[in-house]
Amino acid sequence: MRIMRRIALGILIGVFLVSLVAELVAPGLYAVQFRDAPNAPGSREHLLGTDELGRDLLARLLAGTQVSLLLAPAAAFLATLIAALVGGVAGYLGGWWERLCLGAVDLFLSLPWLFLLLTARAMLPLDVSAWPSVLITFVLLGCLGWAASARIVCAGARALRYSDYILLARANGCSETRIALRHVLPNLKPILLAQFLISIPVFVLAEANLGALGLGVSEPFPSWGGMLRGLENYSATLANPWKVAPLALLLVVTSCFQMIFPQEGLT
Amino acid sequence: MKRVNATLLILAPLISLWAMAQAPAGGELRFCLHAEPKTLNPLLVEDEASETIRYLTGGVLIRLNRRTHVLEPEVATSWKVSKDGRKITFSLRQGVSYSDGTVFDSEDVAYTIRALMDPELHSPTGDSFRSGEGSPQVHVIDSAQVSIEFPAPVAGLERLFDQVAILSSRSRQKELAVLGPFYVGEYKPGNYLLLKRNPHYWKRDARGQRLPYLDSVRLDIQQNRDIEALRFQRQEIQLINGLDAEYFERLSAQMPGAVQDIGPSLDTEQMWFNQVTSAHIPAYKKAWFASQEFRLAIAEGINRDDLCRIVFGGHATPAVGPVSPANRFWFNASLKPHPYNLYGTLRRLQQAGFRLDGETLRDREGHPVEFSILTNAGNKSRERMAAMIQQDLAQIGIRVNVMTLDFPSLIERMTRTFDYEACLLGLVNVDLDPSAQMNIWLSSASNHQWNPEQKSPATAWEAEIDHLMHTQASTDDSSKRKAAFDRVQQIVWEQAPFIYLVHKNVLTAISPAVQNATPVALRPQTYWNVESLTLAAERRASR
Repeated sequence: MRIMRRIALGILIGVFLVSLVAELVAPGLYAVQFRDAPNAPGSREHLLGTDELGRDLLARLLAGTQVSLLLAPAAAFLATLIAALVGGVAGYLGGWWERLCLGAVDLFLSLPWLFLLLTARAMLPLDVSAWPSVLITFVLLGCLGWAASARIVCAGARALRYSDYILLARANGCSETRIALRHVLPNLKPILLAQFLISIPVFVLAEANLGALGLGVSEPFPSWGGMLRGLENYSATLANPWKVAPLALLLVVTSCFQMIFPQEGLT
Repeated sequence: MKRVNATLLILAPLISLWAMAQAPAGGELRFCLHAEPKTLNPLLVEDEASETIRYLTGGVLIRLNRRTHVLEPEVATSWKVSKDGRKITFSLRQGVSYSDGTVFDSEDVAYTIRALMDPELHSPTGDSFRSGEGSPQVHVIDSAQVSIEFPAPVAGLERLFDQVAILSSRSRQKELAVLGPFYVGEYKPGNYLLLKRNPHYWKRDARGQRLPYLDSVRLDIQQNRDIEALRFQRQEIQLINGLDAEYFERLSAQMPGAVQDIGPSLDTEQMWFNQVTSAHIPAYKKAWFASQEFRLAIAEGINRDDLCRIVFGGHATPAVGPVSPANRFWFNASLKPHPYNLYGTLRRLQQAGFRLDGETLRDREGHPVEFSILTNAGNKSRERMAAMIQQDLAQIGIRVNVMTLDFPSLIERMTRTFDYEACLLGLVNVDLDPSAQMNIWLSSASNHQWNPEQKSPATAWEAEIDHLMHTQASTDDSSKRKAAFDRVQQIVWEQAPFIYLVHKNVLTAISPAVQNATPVALRPQTYWNVESLTLAAERRASR
């Protein structure tokens, strides 16, 4: 298992470094339109071919990787943090706190997530250049995508509240802060890790949905989500199979994320 | 004698069988609607799916021949427009019946016009007829003659009747009783509509055979264009009316004889800058957008040939102005598309006080030239055009941000909040006559997108356009109308309030099994002559 973990970590670091190096070697290549070669297949000039505007797919894939590899985990981290706070407080303190927090969670879960995202994103400035649009999109995903995780964290924290070792700690005179930080939080780690890992691909796909509705990362900046939109046309994908590359990379990266964390801790 | 009679008795059925085999008849034509029809009432049509049903089922007084662009009599045998353009008198065809057998006469025309102009009904078709205060007066002269008098002249009055399907005033089936070649036989919402041959349809071919030849038309409701193309390949449907360039190329590789590029359509794709004075845009940007030189520079900084070649796979034509070359009479042939010339663009901008500072264009006060283009999300060709314009203008130091929004939000910004800087959209033209564009060109109009609903024209050239549009609408003299509208096109070219980009070509797919199909640029491109369409015998046999 340890070897697999190392391989996965190596792949993740490799992918990220390659995307960084590519941007240093040829900055802004992802936006250049080679108008004489739209929809070109793989060649020496364009290893993965070009998109419908003649932009190098490899350059776009690597630039999109930077965005997705940095920001989707960051958004997942933000969402998990909020979930830990809300779910942890609700589960551990119980009573009115639990009702209040779970009420907020239920409210968030009852709202259609995509429409909530759309409304929130449409209220924020739209006429911004590419990088701010990227940041806005992922911060929004992090801020709105915590509710389901919070409910699971709450259930975990509630179970811990009545556990023997917490009762023992309390009987020994441990302060509530110490119990929360030294005993509850470490025991919630597997749940939080699982929620964090689940959130990454969800946020990548949520960004793709936002992009399809015009509220994602703006042109000409690429993102995995934006590139996955190219797959919605089944026949075009069959005709240009190199367009599957972003999907393949997404699968590899999310699988690697699953593998780099100790599985025994997740059970 | 008995032998002769016997021979005749044997030959007669054989001859009639042979004649039946020669006569084109039978079969079910299938194609797709891309959305659920919103209504089956022909007076309330405003979407494409409902328009298709109206075209296939509705009987009209006058029909515009989509190929020759000439008006032809249908259930009216002739018509006469008064000199002042306010009154039209129709002579009606005798012996015509609705699909349910109800007899057609002038009372039905009167009933339809009254319903059409009823303010309670809110008929989009009726809106085209509203010329002034008050309702039109319908006079039934006799069972075969009817006249309609409007409170004010209606420009190009007779061609408006191409959109008016005549309802029956007496039929119990209400709007489902039709005068057209087919009637709605079956409707499964979300699934399909089956139009059956109207047994009482009045039209016959040159040999006297009753039209239409087809038994039925099945309209499958299918939003997914990919599935539509696959079904066409499998011969499950026989027509695709408006193909995307991408699907056209794919089908052309697999079924080269089945697809056709008919040439430029009437539709336009254009961008414009927000010139609404109350819009929340910095004053220096408003000054750019109001500058003729700035707008022209942008018009010349866009490579239209590349847009046509890359976004539409070569199946589009660089646009000159609001009228497509497909509109042969009204197109101002003396105008040419704005030439793509980066050097000329920069020189023009420098003359207008802009300067290139490194890789950034700045105005007189030093503001970097940057604006956002708004377009509707999900429309791939517009998103791609915006991305290409972004790169074109980046070469002259202009930074463009592309914003895509869902259509309702876009319309909200475009028409109510005016919270946008530039917009890229298209306009679907269904009418050849410039009077249909009054709601765009008059400065007081709500669709005068760059600065709508002006109390008085904001600029001298808008005042001139107002005058010219009124002039062309108030005369019957086609040469005067043409001269006036040519000048409108010239002003639009010089002032570039709309920066016209391309006219998409009409791309169609017609199965080899369909006979007599002659696709044209006007809607409905493939089945405009549906009553003459037939299916090959082997196709009918294989069903």
